[in-house]
Amino acid sequence: MAEVAETAQPLLERATADELKHYYYQMLLLRRFEERAGEMYVKAKIGGYCHLNLGEEATIVGLMAALTPDDYIFTNYREHGYIIARGVPPGPVMAELFGKETGVSGGRGGSMHLFDRKTNFMGGYAIVGGQVPLAVGAAYALRYQGKPGVVIAQMGDGTTNIGAFYESLNLAKLWKCPVLFFIVNNGYGMGTSVEAGSSEPDLWKKGASFRVYGERVDGTDVLAVRDVVRRLRARAEAEGEPAIIDAVSFRFRGHSVIDSDRYRDPESVRRGRELYDPIRKFATLLLDHNIVDEAWLKGVAERVEREVQEAIDFANNSPDPKFEDLYKYMYATPVPNTPTAEDAIRAVKINHGEF
Amino acid sequence: MPVITYRQALNDTLGEELARDPNVLLMGEEIGVFQGSYRVTEGLLAEFGPKRVVDTPIAEEGFVGVAIGAAMLGLRPVVEIMTINFILVAIDQIVNHASKIHYMFGGQVSVPLVIRTPSGGTGQLAATHSQSFENWFAYCPGLKVVAPATPYDAKGLLRAAIRDDDPVIFIESLALYDTKGEVPEDDDYVVPIGIAEVKRQGTDVTVVSYSRMTAVALQVAQRMEQEGISVEVVDLRSLRPLDRPTIIESVKKTNRAVVIAEDWYSYGVTAEIAATIQEEAFDYLDAPVQRVAGLEVPLPYAKELSAASKPNANSLIYAIRQVLRGTKRLR
Repeated sequence: MAEVAETAQPLLERATADELKHYYYQMLLLRRFEERAGEMYVKAKIGGYCHLNLGEEATIVGLMAALTPDDYIFTNYREHGYIIARGVPPGPVMAELFGKETGVSGGRGGSMHLFDRKTNFMGGYAIVGGQVPLAVGAAYALRYQGKPGVVIAQMGDGTTNIGAFYESLNLAKLWKCPVLFFIVNNGYGMGTSVEAGSSEPDLWKKGASFRVYGERVDGTDVLAVRDVVRRLRARAEAEGEPAIIDAVSFRFRGHSVIDSDRYRDPESVRRGRELYDPIRKFATLLLDHNIVDEAWLKGVAERVEREVQEAIDFANNSPDPKFEDLYKYMYATPVPNTPTAEDAIRAVKINHGEF
Repeated sequence: MPVITYRQALNDTLGEELARDPNVLLMGEEIGVFQGSYRVTEGLLAEFGPKRVVDTPIAEEGFVGVAIGAAMLGLRPVVEIMTINFILVAIDQIVNHASKIHYMFGGQVSVPLVIRTPSGGTGQLAATHSQSFENWFAYCPGLKVVAPATPYDAKGLLRAAIRDDDPVIFIESLALYDTKGEVPEDDDYVVPIGIAEVKRQGTDVTVVSYSRMTAVALQVAQRMEQEGISVEVVDLRSLRPLDRPTIIESVKKTNRAVVIAEDWYSYGVTAEIAATIQEEAFDYLDAPVQRVAGLEVPLPYAKELSAASKPNANSLIYAIRQVLRGTKRLR
């Protein structure tokens, strides 16, 4: 992992004890949610692709701690943790992974396409780089309408090699869009290391030719992430100044649940999980400062276990989307000569051999 | 009723919609200071200012994506892509994002976006500047694709597109910009998306077409009238949704059909229409459906080769004669 600067400010000046405890709870919730999602995938409750946030909890919780309700978030397809940390209950998120009507996208999106209108969580997108211009567009709209807030364009390190990223940097700077390019740099785009894919491995520098400021942060340090986002967020909102945040973290597992991770040395992965586990680090920090004790940590673990189990139960007990609703969300403005619920039912019957 | 050009109809409509709704804005390359590569946006920067008429850098993927993201937050961008050839570098944003966002997120958000662009080839623009890709977008569920042939429809469909909450691909044609037609003044009409129109009544054969080929079909119909052949012209106006009932109703009446489009023959729009006709009007057909489309080459520059590669009035007349062979009209 790349080196980042340390900060020397006393802990309780940086956050209240309640805030610190809440960050810990959120990180553990994401950890347990993802571990159980991995299990549910193996049990075939979850289909398609399933990318977990394991190891990236501090990056996510730190980011969300710095945002306000006015802000908007666009992410890539590794986004379960983001929508939960933004405030959506785990139940509807797990239900979406299960493809249920009660899921956050009505079962139409799945793991890679979570969305929540109420919290301005503007979607997970699964074409690398696709969400980046969209986020700039949302920031453009905020500026056009004179509204407060900023937009987060979350992406992985591999996204910094695609053209859409560069067009987005140019347009964001040119049009003074309040957007933060938030790179979760876990060192690998699938199986390709940052060094193998990027002629400039210091990803925070990649805005230089667009005059977009960039900064690297330890993505395993929840407070460091929160503070850099807060600072650059304020400037983006006040001055329409976009920025790159290069949050360095360690991916605990393969690219997705089905990736056996053969391209990384198993010993280095084992060591990485020990060295760069943001939750273990944070627990040690809280214990060392006598902010929590072992009993409190155990209580949080039990609470999280229960909440994730409730999410799984909710998903299991939720109804599937109805066949007659197959075409329900085709258009926002209905037009003639489009397929109907009856067409859907007829096609599904034939598909099921009922003729 | 005043007679104006297709270009003027578009220009008037853009101005009226900018005036009507503060969330409408225009974006595109050279649409402001330069006043539009084909002068469709002429005068609009001066009238509405740079907030509403936005000159973009040459970055179609970027600014189309920006327009989609802005639409998700309630703006109603009308994007100009200089010609449809350049839309290919933005196709990820259109096909993987704009078309799917409403559905994929369970109806929680919509994308009220219009992308205007001229399609087809005229004037020796050669291989990369003469293509027709409307079928690529018409193929894609979640998009709406319209292609007006007359100034009246251009105005009515552009209004409908801008006021629609879904992404609409609005197909124009370089060869149509200077064509003229009647357009009512002080009349807030819209032409509904998804509805074709019988532009000319006839009894012997149905010609199905859209955009510039509808103009060709109407000229041919007039010429053939003098030979005693009565041609009905169905102008699709919308490619998605496709108004299959209007096509089928016409073919059931005439029992013969010719489909003409400017795109390449294989897998093109004519294939979809011909398939629709055989599915839904097979028993009414007195002859195989004839298809007229572009020859399948990267369009050559040389003047005569170029012209010979695109469908025209002669190729339509030939196809009409083929489909009428053996009838009392044509022995």
